[in-house]
Amino acid sequence: MDIQMLAEDVPVEGEFSLEGIDFITSGDQYLTFLLADEQYAVDILCVEEIRSWGNPTRIPNSPCYIKGVINMRGIIVPIVDLRMKFNIGSAIYCETTVVIVLTVETENKTRTIGFVVDAVSDVLNVEASDIKSAPAFGGCVPQNYLQGLVNVGENVVTLLNVKVLQEIEKHQLI
Amino acid sequence: MSVDLTQFIPSFLEESFEGLELMESSLLNLEQGDDETINSIFRAAHSIKGGAGTFGFNHVTEFTHLVETLLDEMRDGRRNIEADDVELLLESVDCMRLLIEAIRDERECDSEKIAENSKRLEEALAASGSVMSEALTINADDAPTDNSSDIARWQIKFIPEHHLVQTGNDPLLLFNALADLGKVSLEANTKELPTLNDIDAEELYLSWQLTLHSNASEADIREVFEWVEDECELIITKEVQDQPLEAVTEAVTVVNTLEGSSQNEQADLTPPIEAHFAEPTPKNNTDKPVSKSKNDLGSIRVGVDKVDSLINLVGELVITQSMLSELGSDFDLSKVERLNAGLEQLLQNTKELQESVMRIRMLPISFAFNRFPRLVHDLSKKTGKEIELILKGEQTELDKTVMEQIGDPLVHLVRNAVDHGIEPAQVRLAHGKPEKGTIVLDAYHQGGSIVIEISDDGGGIDRQAVFNKALEKGLVDEKTTLTDSQVFDLLFEPGFSTAKEVSDISGRGVGMDVVKKNIQSLGGRIQVESEQGKGSTFRVNLPLTLAILDGQLVRVGKEVYIIPLITIVESLQPQKELINRVSGDMLLYRLREDNVPVIPIYQLFNIPCEFEHIESCLLVVVEADGQKIGLMVDDLLAQQQVVIKSLNDNYQQVQGVSGATILGDGSVAMILDVAGIIEMALTKAQINQQHQSSVQSQITRSISAGVNA
Repeated sequence: MDIQMLAEDVPVEGEFSLEGIDFITSGDQYLTFLLADEQYAVDILCVEEIRSWGNPTRIPNSPCYIKGVINMRGIIVPIVDLRMKFNIGSAIYCETTVVIVLTVETENKTRTIGFVVDAVSDVLNVEASDIKSAPAFGGCVPQNYLQGLVNVGENVVTLLNVKVLQEIEKHQLI
Repeated sequence: MSVDLTQFIPSFLEESFEGLELMESSLLNLEQGDDETINSIFRAAHSIKGGAGTFGFNHVTEFTHLVETLLDEMRDGRRNIEADDVELLLESVDCMRLLIEAIRDERECDSEKIAENSKRLEEALAASGSVMSEALTINADDAPTDNSSDIARWQIKFIPEHHLVQTGNDPLLLFNALADLGKVSLEANTKELPTLNDIDAEELYLSWQLTLHSNASEADIREVFEWVEDECELIITKEVQDQPLEAVTEAVTVVNTLEGSSQNEQADLTPPIEAHFAEPTPKNNTDKPVSKSKNDLGSIRVGVDKVDSLINLVGELVITQSMLSELGSDFDLSKVERLNAGLEQLLQNTKELQESVMRIRMLPISFAFNRFPRLVHDLSKKTGKEIELILKGEQTELDKTVMEQIGDPLVHLVRNAVDHGIEPAQVRLAHGKPEKGTIVLDAYHQGGSIVIEISDDGGGIDRQAVFNKALEKGLVDEKTTLTDSQVFDLLFEPGFSTAKEVSDISGRGVGMDVVKKNIQSLGGRIQVESEQGKGSTFRVNLPLTLAILDGQLVRVGKEVYIIPLITIVESLQPQKELINRVSGDMLLYRLREDNVPVIPIYQLFNIPCEFEHIESCLLVVVEADGQKIGLMVDDLLAQQQVVIKSLNDNYQQVQGVSGATILGDGSVAMILDVAGIIEMALTKAQINQQHQSSVQSQITRSISAGVNA
């Protein structure tokens, strides 16, 4: 077989155009969502799935923001209402209310938790250099949950630290 | 060429443990002249030795070699099978297990015990005349007296065939083993080494001339080369021992000059090898790559028949699935019947598949029973009682997890039976019983659970002694009349022992409460039956599996909870005359003679309640840790088997809840943990007593208002 021939068969870079597909970037991707009117975002690689809101089974004596547990294909997944957790807006359940299920691997153990948010909005490409540290001036969201802030057009998106979100035993107040 | 042998170590370990188990059980059944059994013990020891040698676990090889020699003498009929030897061999098996466990856990083992044991083995071997005479014939020519202090100089010519390394043998390992016998110096002969172009990397072209200063016998040296015997030319000669050291080196030079034409690589080869020899065993340990993960999840050996049946079932499932999808692609109402039939078949298939998968986790209980012959053997030696152990129902299958956790409680019960149950021989004879005591271990299925019985034909439990002891401990007062079973239940109280003297087997009073706790944590129960003078029976009732439980679905408010069926004593509709409010805000229900505290679940779990009068609710009387409580629920729903899912995985332990499960409609329901609920209620009561929470008493008052209305 002629090596020259083989070489010609290999597609040249750019032959299959990736134009218009903007998800191939150097930065990290974040899923943005709304809590009241504020925009928040989490690392998209942690997102297991986005579910519609359904009534979970209550866990006895759990804090009010832990809504209960649901059955996600045989896995018992606890549901946390982020609006109640962070005390942002009102916890009403309407058509756009969704549950973002996040999975994080910590210490050889994966943990899956669902978070209730008002709506999911967009996927955001963020270069690490664009992330600004959040100023520690009050606010409802405790500082350790914040990964940083990103400016998107007119708006500011708050990046949340998924690892801290998943430490559910630290959520416990009672 | 080097094959990474470490990958085979786990299977070596597994096989060795199996071999040890075989050795142990065969030793216990060993009788005079039983060649077949001796042979199988010998084979097991031999393959452990061989395996250990392959992987360079020299201390295992050495120790096993001694065991093997002893066994060999028995096999050849040169040694009679004495009880002492069997005992020694059993202890040696323990030592081998220690050694192999040390390898598995990658740690140092208790070398003192091993050394002591190997010394005893050597003594036993030395004591036997046959070994002496054998040793004497070997040394007959020059050392007629004591051969142990006798350092001889051996010349070993080792000419391996070219393909030796391809069979997985490494000459270096052999030389290491030789170095353990004594001081070794060696020289390589490179005469046959072809030119670089002609070298096949997988062939071995070298041969060696080794000089060994050792008191080892020729047989010992041959032993080292045992695995390569057929693949090499081996000439072992003994030189006159009293030569001064200079003469030794001289001899080496003589050899060198004899093979003058060959290149002499001694200078290059010897130093690294000798450095290796300097620290034989520790080096092996540190060199070992840490490949094994510490959190070993374990493995199950599954019978091929089980796997086959699984495959068959999956095949059927696939057929049903394709039938249904074909039906679905072109469906009209005329085919409803076929659809129903298909769904029926699917149901059947899934059920069978589920059972089949659960069966994989099931192991015959003989895995747990196997250790008892040895245990009873040792204990009867120690106590001087003659005891026969009868095992029944060994094929009864039990979940692997349950099996692992039931082992220790069973050991405890068997120890108790030997120590407290079976009387000394003279007492037995005086009572007209056979001298030999009997302990029966039996396992059988009963409904959805497995029953394990440990019975002895000993003295039985002295009811009065137990009662007196309980009086002494203040657990009962004199006036209480107790049924037999209630008295025997006292045995499981912490710190309870009626043994007059504490022995090192049992009697310290720690244990029975732990036994009960362990069994309860598995969701099981333990009962005692005993007749004085006739013996006693401990009956352990265990669920077949920990993954599935029989549950009673109950409704509280809008929530559905599951109460494990095994904890439920009875369910009843409360009558208001029988409800008493005592000490302010505690509700008691008069259940025949008992006063059962009533615990409203809605209150404990902070959920809204629905009923208005206490008569409209139901009382489920449950029991845990000997405490009965009445759980107040709104409704009893179905009884069904539920698959237990842990809440810990994604959440955390919740008090009063042992787990969750998924119901038929896909929703999640919590499984109640009765012991936890009792604990919660107790803590809550304590807090209330301290703070007199107004809300609490208000709720209770409103309930009793309902009662009195």
